[in-house]
Amino acid sequence: MAVIHDMMPAFELFQPASLDDALGLLDRHGADAWVMAGGLDSFDWLKDRIRKPAVVVELGAIDGLRGVKAAGDGIEIGAMTTLTEVVTNPLVREKFGVLFQGAEAAASPQIRNQGTIGGNLSQDARCWYYRAGWSCYRAGGNVCYADTPTAVNREHAIFGADRCVAVNPSDTAPAMIALDAKMVIRSSKGERIVDAQDYFVGPGTDITRLTTLQPGELLTAIRIPGTWAGAEFYTEKVADRKVWDFPLVNIASAMKVNGSTIERARIVVNAVAAQPMRLEAVEQFVAGKPRNEETANAAGELAVRGAVPLAHNAYKIPLMRNLVKRAIRGGDNGWASTS
Amino acid sequence: MANEYKYIGKNYTTPDLVAKVTGKAKYAEDYRAEGMLFVKLLLSPMPHARVRSVDASAALALPGVKAILRASDFPAPPAPPTPPGGQAPPAPPLPPETALTDEPVYQGEPILAIAAVDENTAVEAIELIKVDYEPLPFSVDPIDSLRPNGANARTQGNVYTGAGPTLKVANVKWTDADFAEAKEGRLPMGEAPDTFVLGDIEEGFKKADLILDETLYSQSTGHQPLETRTAMAYWQGGKLFLHGSTQSVAQTVPNIARMVGLKPDEVVLISEFTGGGFGSKIPGSGSMAIPALLSKKLNGAPVMMRITREEEHYIGRARAGIFGRAKVGFRKDGRIVAMDFFTIQDNGPYNPQGDHRSAGSMATLQYQPETYRWRGISVLTNTPPRTSQRSPGGMQMNALLDPVMAQAAQKLGIDHVELLKINAPSGKASYGPIVPATKKQAYVTQANVREALDQGKVLFGWEEKKATAGQKRGTKVRGVGTAVGVYTAGSIGFDGLAIVRPDGKVEVHTGIGNLGTESVIDCQRVYAEVLDTPWEQFEIVWGNTAKGLPWTCVSAGSQTVHAMTRAAHAAATDLKTKLQEVAAKIRGGNPASYTVANGKVGSLTFAEVAKKAIELGGKYDGHEGPEDINVFTKNALKIVAGMGLVGVAKDTYKRDGNTHSFVAAFAEVEVDTETGAWRIVDYTSVADVGTVLHPRNLQGQTFGGSMLGMGHAISQRWVYDKQYGVCLARRFHHNKPPSIMDIPATIKWDATNIPDPETPVGARGIGEPPVGAGCGAVAAALVNALGAEAFRRYPMTPDLLLTSIESKTWQHDALVAHI
Repeated sequence: MAVIHDMMPAFELFQPASLDDALGLLDRHGADAWVMAGGLDSFDWLKDRIRKPAVVVELGAIDGLRGVKAAGDGIEIGAMTTLTEVVTNPLVREKFGVLFQGAEAAASPQIRNQGTIGGNLSQDARCWYYRAGWSCYRAGGNVCYADTPTAVNREHAIFGADRCVAVNPSDTAPAMIALDAKMVIRSSKGERIVDAQDYFVGPGTDITRLTTLQPGELLTAIRIPGTWAGAEFYTEKVADRKVWDFPLVNIASAMKVNGSTIERARIVVNAVAAQPMRLEAVEQFVAGKPRNEETANAAGELAVRGAVPLAHNAYKIPLMRNLVKRAIRGGDNGWASTS
Repeated sequence: MANEYKYIGKNYTTPDLVAKVTGKAKYAEDYRAEGMLFVKLLLSPMPHARVRSVDASAALALPGVKAILRASDFPAPPAPPTPPGGQAPPAPPLPPETALTDEPVYQGEPILAIAAVDENTAVEAIELIKVDYEPLPFSVDPIDSLRPNGANARTQGNVYTGAGPTLKVANVKWTDADFAEAKEGRLPMGEAPDTFVLGDIEEGFKKADLILDETLYSQSTGHQPLETRTAMAYWQGGKLFLHGSTQSVAQTVPNIARMVGLKPDEVVLISEFTGGGFGSKIPGSGSMAIPALLSKKLNGAPVMMRITREEEHYIGRARAGIFGRAKVGFRKDGRIVAMDFFTIQDNGPYNPQGDHRSAGSMATLQYQPETYRWRGISVLTNTPPRTSQRSPGGMQMNALLDPVMAQAAQKLGIDHVELLKINAPSGKASYGPIVPATKKQAYVTQANVREALDQGKVLFGWEEKKATAGQKRGTKVRGVGTAVGVYTAGSIGFDGLAIVRPDGKVEVHTGIGNLGTESVIDCQRVYAEVLDTPWEQFEIVWGNTAKGLPWTCVSAGSQTVHAMTRAAHAAATDLKTKLQEVAAKIRGGNPASYTVANGKVGSLTFAEVAKKAIELGGKYDGHEGPEDINVFTKNALKIVAGMGLVGVAKDTYKRDGNTHSFVAAFAEVEVDTETGAWRIVDYTSVADVGTVLHPRNLQGQTFGGSMLGMGHAISQRWVYDKQYGVCLARRFHHNKPPSIMDIPATIKWDATNIPDPETPVGARGIGEPPVGAGCGAVAAALVNALGAEAFRRYPMTPDLLLTSIESKTWQHDALVAHI
């Protein structure tokens, strides 16, 4: 049978107005149901006709899933809050600049108007073999087309390859882990809350998905505790273009510094493995160390220990090393941003 | 014409602008008709195959499916004409490309089309079709195909040899010995069928104080116009009506007629707005034939074929990538005494492409080397069809040579701008191979490159920026670079047509496409100038051949402004003469004694004279026309005859030299040495395009062209998996054309504004030369910042630069295409 792309197949569309209705629909339709937030990831799959769900449950009409509010000394962000709303929210900007910067680096202004924080965190892998419908491990087959001698894998993993070498492409995930965010997950059976760090899974845990979300479950909110509010943050995304691009490597860190001593830090790198990598060994290493070039260099070297490059992505090793170095070093890297 | 123009060189608002910015402009996809059917295409999943059989029975049985179109439904192309007394020309070495095929030669090539009541039905029908393919050998990389056991893209061979009547497809394989240098990343240089030589390069190199030998790869890129090549067709009264997207309205008509098997006067083309072409829609698109032929099968029912972005990637044409190796000898004063330029072109699967030959020729114009040799080989590959993309060959020449010039400037200790000036073309500069008929090189009409460089140097602030270039602050280093883009910029011999109507308005008809350059309107300012009449009194008719449009150049090769200001000048002069003659017939006296100005002829209004012209008939109202105009214009004249006083004429103005334009560009870049990320900090360009016709559009064209070139340096690419021969970067966000955020917020520009002496209005085209200048200047600035070892291939993405910075030399593969 011939393959054709760029035409969305017909499906039954549900736009529930409440979370309970949405969860009920997911229960009723089980594996036939596709959950859609802003649609930036979904439409790709649907238009390519690689996924042909019978039912699409679109969450845009559920008011309760949207908005940023204060929660204790932290904040709670509804999963359907757009990236633009995250970027422009005063609480986010004031307390959690690392998230503001991560969200602002995502996609393009137009896409941020439509794309949601929940969608950005929960999006699927962007490996171009997988996304083109090749029957790879992640798609249920038994080949990784991105890890052959002739494969083009500049964007792929240097850590944690396990049959699959796809990476998590999220621009906001590192910030959420750095801030020790809690992911609120609801299903008809109730609520469970997982650490942002544990929300993401590698191929060893489940090769068919990038998050812990199971069928019937929805990410409803992200709670960011005040633990790291106002800490010293560092974020950077390196990509081919300044806009509308996924990261080659990105980083987010939060650091508490006392004088010239690093008290503690959380450092997270993405686009190097199937899940965002929290660099706990580096965090332990830098805790209590003076904040200087020597510590930064050693942290960078430690960060990339064990990296295994593919044919076209060895550059990710020095790139990740240098980004970690810069996160420890902090501050400005040279010329002012304008000429 | 007076030197002090009232309209030429002044900003104004073109009449199509409001529709464009309010969304009221109707593109091909915006048309709807009663009972309209929709088309979907079945694309080849393989890079090269033969279709053994197609089982479409289930698809055709699906309710709502109306028709299927196969390659066999296309009319055989007419045989090329036999010259009088001569022999029939030889058959072309490869069967010509048609919009559907039973031997797909690239993944994504359309095999068949289905028309149905809606797109969903058509898509479901496509999914029910079974195609049995016989896979054939393929190659997606020209260098692979040249290796001793490399595969051929076509069963007939892998390399074009010869030209014109001797054009052939041959089987060319280089030896292991030829490939010896490839291990060091230097371009292998085996047998190359195409060459030309100027002087003795061996003697030239003996005079050199510095010799550089550099290999670089300039990538293939899709044209990616924002409007895909959607088309809608129906038949009425025995004529084909086609709504399509084209760069050139008049010249698309005979092209469609040929594809569909009609005479040109049996085709009506409607294309009022085109969302970009960049060379990919010069005479429309081959795919336009699909809805036309389906509609014919369906008794003329309207058929819409919307082309998706992914389909556009496959059928939408692409620039030919070129692997280049340049050995350049410089005297210590900077003069280029010898240049030996070798190119391997990625030809794609169909027609022979001229990019590498243009690159070879343009190098001689830009650098005026004392001795020169160009050698080239054009290798067929199973990748999307190539065609001219804005500055075809010129762009690649800049990409391949400007980094070498930047390096030479550093090694010789000569300012880069001075190096370009020392080697710059000037006046009626010669270029290209020796022309057999004259035993001399061809030459340009006028070049003022040194003036442009001087002007740009000041505007950019070259000296101040140069002072900080190479300095590192924190982890960042800056560099400056300059380049000159050169390209053809004008043709001659086309027709103008305009009518002074009985209501006093002047209706100017034009066959120029509205492809975004605004030349469709700008060229007509010449009528206002010649008739010395307010612009508000003019109405421009374009984009619908049923209205009678004159024969017009293709909007390609930056021809239009030059060619069509000449044609406008000729027709406006004819109008003026006729206005004076008719006025003399009304009032008596010598026609020449009547002044034409402000919508009047003497004291008579245009309206009064037009009414009289209709009464007089004959040549005055278009019932008779000159013999030398094109048959297309003669047909248009039949449509407009009797509407008023008709001016119609062919451009027969003399020209000494071939028209070319030039752009001098200056770039400052900043590279973060810890990440390889970089940005363009500042950019300036100065156009040497003769008289400035419309400053705001010249600015727009200069920016747009520069940006296209910068995109080749920054990020634009496509990616193929060699093992399967299929495209991986099939989405727009994978192809990464530059965004508005990737260039500086403000770009400075200017023009030399020196009239070209070989054309009455003095204006030349601008389309192409900013492209190469944009790429070249940015690449040169990166060399200035990082040294010559930074990169060997385009685009210069952070991964390549960081790897080079970390290892102090380039590490990436310069000899692999499409990664």
